[in-house]
Amino acid sequence: MSDLTRLSAAEIAGLVAAGETSAVEVTQAHLDRIAAVDDRVHAFLHVDTEGALAAARGVDERRAAGEEIGPLAGVPVAVKDVLTTKGVPTTVGSKILEGWRPPYDSTIVERLRAAGTVMLGKTNMDEFAMGSSTEYSAYGPTRNPWDLERIPGGSGGGSAAALAAYEAPLSIGSDTGGSIRQPGAVTGTVGAKPTYGGTSRYGLVAFSSSLDTPGPCARTVLDAALLHQVIGGHDPRDSTSIPAAVPDVVGAARLGATGDLTGVKLGVVTEFTGEGAEPGVLAAFRESAEALAKLGAEIVEVSCPHFKYALPAYYLIAPSECSSNLARFDGVRFGLRVGDDGNRSLEEVMSLTREAGFGPEVKRRIMIGTYALSSGYYDAYYGQAQKVRTLITRDFTAAFEQVDALISPTTPFVAFPIGARTSDPYQMYLADLFTIPTNLYGGPAISVPCGLSEGLPVGFQIMAPTMADDRMYRVAAALESTVGTFTPPAL
Amino acid sequence: MAAISREEVAHLARLSRLAVTEEELDTFAGQLDVILQSVAQVGEVTAADIPPTSHSVPLTNVLREDVVVPGLTPQEALSGAPDAEEQRFRVPRILDEDVAS
Repeated sequence: MSDLTRLSAAEIAGLVAAGETSAVEVTQAHLDRIAAVDDRVHAFLHVDTEGALAAARGVDERRAAGEEIGPLAGVPVAVKDVLTTKGVPTTVGSKILEGWRPPYDSTIVERLRAAGTVMLGKTNMDEFAMGSSTEYSAYGPTRNPWDLERIPGGSGGGSAAALAAYEAPLSIGSDTGGSIRQPGAVTGTVGAKPTYGGTSRYGLVAFSSSLDTPGPCARTVLDAALLHQVIGGHDPRDSTSIPAAVPDVVGAARLGATGDLTGVKLGVVTEFTGEGAEPGVLAAFRESAEALAKLGAEIVEVSCPHFKYALPAYYLIAPSECSSNLARFDGVRFGLRVGDDGNRSLEEVMSLTREAGFGPEVKRRIMIGTYALSSGYYDAYYGQAQKVRTLITRDFTAAFEQVDALISPTTPFVAFPIGARTSDPYQMYLADLFTIPTNLYGGPAISVPCGLSEGLPVGFQIMAPTMADDRMYRVAAALESTVGTFTPPAL
Repeated sequence: MAAISREEVAHLARLSRLAVTEEELDTFAGQLDVILQSVAQVGEVTAADIPPTSHSVPLTNVLREDVVVPGLTPQEALSGAPDAEEQRFRVPRILDEDVAS
């Protein structure tokens, strides 16, 4: 029954709950699909065949016994390799953690299990989530199912490609500067970055702690909302977790799907619809904005004058936090150790280990961060970037006094060819031009497919106020109801 | 003018505990220069009186009840260590031998 891989998560959960298919059948169908296509796509770093089938059998047994099976019982999910999974390899796309099997589950993974989902495996990513193409993975790039010669976005390219290739109906990503939304945009899938603090970072390997936000990826808006509902909410093990209930994202997605946006006011970010974006991307965005207007939304232009400084501010703040966070990879507590010959000092072994274990982009960011935090440069770089962060937050606050949500293209350009931007690191950074402001502000944002340009998917971004995640789901579902979903060519 | 010299990159690599090669120093010096010149744009913003934001969630002093909760066993905690001995992480020498003796 290969059809099972084409179903939405909502459909699978319904069929499993009704006993019309079993979790084992659904899981096997996805494992078969992975076996058939993943040598070409390379969305997965590790496929946990035995674990997945055991989890699926557990769901089927609990259902047969009349027990509670969870809201997404039997639905397969792929998890970005940035989240710890007890006993299952977790590499963060880096050689420095090759072979590491964490002794504990992240909160997100714990909640996935509690909801009855079946974890298929761990997905490929740019090393330590630093990148926009998955080309910086130490284990080779993931390919875009729309065109195998193109990038699937990053850092969560594996999680997005797994959806577009029908290897999984749901996946988990993490978004520090766009790593959920940009891969979603370029693969024609849905990616949501929850409010910072709305999803737990416990067990998420840290890159930039004030920005890192795990979140849901799916092929439909409702599926993303269902997953968001299951993984979100307060976690006492994360001291930055917001002690409040998850906004009603599922209800909002269902409301939006009715196609009525009467009374909703949306602001087009003026700064993100001029030069800097490809004409085909802008055309698809504008057509979609008009489609939302036809559903009753009022569309106005809103200027956010400091957004143009978001990219430089981000590339000071994130590397600064990364240079501190990645100090823990010292060859002592986990992962790689290089050069310990009994004569070398701890410092020498540490330096050799980090040299061998980290890839070029990670090294660049550690050094940029070390530079920005060093005395003499701190005020001009890190300190100034934090002030710019305040101004960007004020731009958002002022905008949300005028409109319910902000809209823009998710990315300036469609999926680019593999290798096109690796020689100039700053060109890679530009992929996140439109996604980064939200991370600095801390609010939620979603990317939903809105059309094609040159035969490749274009993403539509909706940015909402902090803890108003439901708003973006309503608009996204409304857009989906009018533009539909997008299917890549057969692999 | 270059924002950063090859020597400064070598210094940063030492501070970052990265034993970079001579070849890498050449590559990184050029790349870091491009990146630093680009991010220096933040300096264009007039922000002298603006307070910095380090974090978007205004939570402070997050505490929990002082109760024992299950944690990792020593064996679990050491399970990923490159080297362990007597329930401890084993590290290369930290002090010079003549100092240690």
